[in-house]
Amino acid sequence: MPHVNSGQDNEAVRLDPLKIAEAWSRAGRKVALATVVETWGSAPRPVGSHLVIDEEGDFEGSVSGGCVEGAVVSEALDVIASGKPAMLEFGVADETAWRVGLSCGGRIRVYVEPVA
Amino acid sequence: MDLSLLETLNADRDARRAAILVTDLETGAQRLVRQGDDLADDPLGEDLKKRFRSAKSGIVEDAAGKAQFLTVSVPPPRLVVIGAVHISQALVPMAEVAGFDVTVIDPRTAFATPERFPERVLKPDWPQDVLKAAPLDGYTALAALTHDPKIDDYPIQAALEAGCFYVGALGSRKTHGKRLDRLKEAGVADTVLSRIQAPIGLDIGAASPAEIAVAVLGAVIAALRKEAETR
Repeated sequence: MPHVNSGQDNEAVRLDPLKIAEAWSRAGRKVALATVVETWGSAPRPVGSHLVIDEEGDFEGSVSGGCVEGAVVSEALDVIASGKPAMLEFGVADETAWRVGLSCGGRIRVYVEPVA
Repeated sequence: MDLSLLETLNADRDARRAAILVTDLETGAQRLVRQGDDLADDPLGEDLKKRFRSAKSGIVEDAAGKAQFLTVSVPPPRLVVIGAVHISQALVPMAEVAGFDVTVIDPRTAFATPERFPERVLKPDWPQDVLKAAPLDGYTALAALTHDPKIDDYPIQAALEAGCFYVGALGSRKTHGKRLDRLKEAGVADTVLSRIQAPIGLDIGAASPAEIAVAVLGAVIAALRKEAETR
């Protein structure tokens, strides 16, 4: 975990994905930001939740309770490489659900964008 | 997202200013709207006003039917703790992890030491003086933990007047009974006094100072979220 900002080195900042995205980006790391933009049914994290990912696959924050973070991280690496945002969808209605779906039975859409 | 836009958004959040990041989900274009901006000519004006009130992020459609995602950022709730006591030492880190801006006020210099509390939260002064500089408001919870009337009574009364979303006070039923008598004498109405949670915290059988801190934080979160549901 990098030192974010000595002036505000409290627990909330240490775990704040938007602060981490800024700090990582300033430190010269290539960064993508994933945001839950829509949920249906029971979803583990509310709309507006963030996951921040760097080009090494390091991440902080969450867009689900750990169910789909792995898939979001690997898509984020493509977004970092291409510089183009992407929309991802996960849920039981989706065939990918059998691989990385939400065990709670909900569906979520996640927007992934580069930070640069 | 442009790094400069992210920096601006984070600076607004640090300054406790509400802001909404608008993202066009087709083009990826983004802009930042601040609370207080003139929204009369904004194509999403009404939606933005509503979202500033509800504090909920979500998708809206513009006049052309294009999906716009609104990332709504409102100031984090504050927790003001009266008393640099053992319970507070556990409460401060837990409340910070949960996203609260935390302040601990205690004029007793034996308790309010930088060895016991991070300097960013500690105000080693009388509540009267600290709260004059940083007044309480509706986004603030107050937990009075000294059970010393000289220290607790003033901020409890101030919290009730300011409409703090949670007001809790530590102390036995006997201690609280005496407290109510004093506040009544000071002119606080019964209906207002009933807003004080005492005994403080959720009823989880908390025994140790750390467990009491969990109970207090749980009660504060319940007041914040359950009230918000019915708003």
